Amino acid sequence: MPLTVEIITIERVVRVEEDVEVLVAPGVEGQLAILPRHAALMTTLDYGELIFRRGGREESFAIAGGFMEVRGDRVSILADQAEAAEEIDIDRARAARARAEERLRELQEGRAQSEADLARVQASLQKSLLRLRVAERRRRAPGAPRPGG
Amino acid sequence: MATIRQLRRRITSVRNTAKITNALQLVAASKMRRAQDRAVQARPYAEKIQFVLSGLASATDRGEEAAVHPLLVERPVETVGLLHVTPDRGLCGALNANLNRSATIFMTEQPNAAQLVAVGKKGRDFFLRARANVVAEFTELGDYPSELDTSTISKLIMDDFTEGNVDRVYLSYAEFVNTAVQRPIVKQLLPIAPPRMTDEEEAEAYRQEYLFEPSPTDVFDRLLPRYVDMLVYEAILESVASEQSARMVAMKNATDNASDMEKELTLTYNKARQEQITTELLDIVGGAAALEE
Repeated sequence: MPLTVEIITIERVVRVEEDVEVLVAPGVEGQLAILPRHAALMTTLDYGELIFRRGGREESFAIAGGFMEVRGDRVSILADQAEAAEEIDIDRARAARARAEERLRELQEGRAQSEADLARVQASLQKSLLRLRVAERRRRAPGAPRPGG
Repeated sequence: MATIRQLRRRITSVRNTAKITNALQLVAASKMRRAQDRAVQARPYAEKIQFVLSGLASATDRGEEAAVHPLLVERPVETVGLLHVTPDRGLCGALNANLNRSATIFMTEQPNAAQLVAVGKKGRDFFLRARANVVAEFTELGDYPSELDTSTISKLIMDDFTEGNVDRVYLSYAEFVNTAVQRPIVKQLLPIAPPRMTDEEEAEAYRQEYLFEPSPTDVFDRLLPRYVDMLVYEAILESVASEQSARMVAMKNATDNASDMEKELTLTYNKARQEQITTELLDIVGGAAALEE
C-alpha cells in the first residue's frame, strides 16, 4: 500500500500526491525516510530538501521547517514554506544568493554590527542556497531515478 | 423648473456614475471570490494544526511551571493588547464604522487603556484621531496579503506578549458570515487557549499512538507560534473577504439607486420636452391664426 503525501502551508495546498513509494524528509535530528507501513509519527522538520519517489520518478521540494505527521499511509507535511523544484526561479535564486553574499561580506567587514542583521542575512543565504540545490538537482536529472536521498 | 439642458446634463452624469459603481462592483466580486479561494486553500493547514494541538494540549499539564510555554501563560491582566484589522479603503458601506465601533466598545470595557496594533488605514486613522494608544500599524497589505506579511504582524504581537508589555491580546476583525453579512467580532488570541479534544480518552489514545520526535512537548511548543500565525493569517484573509463583499453590496446598491434616479430624471426630461413642444406649437398655431384674420 503506497503512501499518500500532502504538502501544505498556512497559505495553500502545495501538493497532494498518491502512490508515493518513499519519502525523504529533513527531520530536525537528521534525514528521515518514510516507507509505507511506517509507525504513526509526529516530528518537527528542519530547513532542507524533501524528496519523494513515485513510479520511478523523483520530485523534490524546498522546505523551510515545519512538521510532519505520518498516520497509516497518509503523510501530512505542515511546512512553514514549501516550494516545488519546478516552481523555483533559478535566476531569482541566484540573484538572491549574490545579494546575500554581498551583504554578508559587508557585515563581516564591520560596516553593520547588528546581530539580528547577521542572522537574517545568513538565513536568506541559506534559503537561496537550498532553493538552488533543489532546482539544480532537477535540472541535472530530470525524471531520472536516483538512489533515495 | 430645471431647464431641459440642465436635465440632460444631470442624466449623463448619473449614468456615468452608475457605470463606475458597476465596474467597482464587478472588481469587488472577483476579488472576493479570490479571497474565498485562498481561505479554502488555507483550511487544510488550519484543520491539521488544530487537530494536532488538541491532541497534545493535555500533554502540557506538565506539573513544573518552568515548562509552560510562554505563549500559554495566564497573567493578571493589567494591559490589554488589541490587534484591530480593518480595510485600507472606504466605499464599503458601514463596514469600517461597524468595525471601529465594535473595537471602541471593547476598549472602553477594559480597566486600563488598551495597546492597539492597527492593521489597515481605516482603523489606524480612526484611533489616531480618537487619541488611542496605537503602538504599531501595518497598512497597504493589499488585496492578497501573503503569510509572510501577516507573520510579521503575529511575531510582533507574540513578542509584545512574551516580553510582558501586554498581558492578554485580542483580535478584532470582520467575520465573513456570507456575502450579505459581515460581523465585527473580538476574540482572544493570547495567551493561547489551545483547542482541546472533548474526549480525554481519545486524546490519550492519540498520544499513545504516535511517536513524537524529539518529544511531545517539543512538538507542541513549536506548533504554538505557528498556530498564532495561522489565526492571524486567517483573520486577515477573512477581513479581506468581508471588505470585498461589503464593497460589492454597497456598489450594487449604488448602481441600483443610480439607475432608479436615471429613470426618474428621464421621465421629468421627457415631460419637460413635451411641454416645450406643446408651447411652441401653440405659439405657431396662434401666430398663423392671427395672420389669417
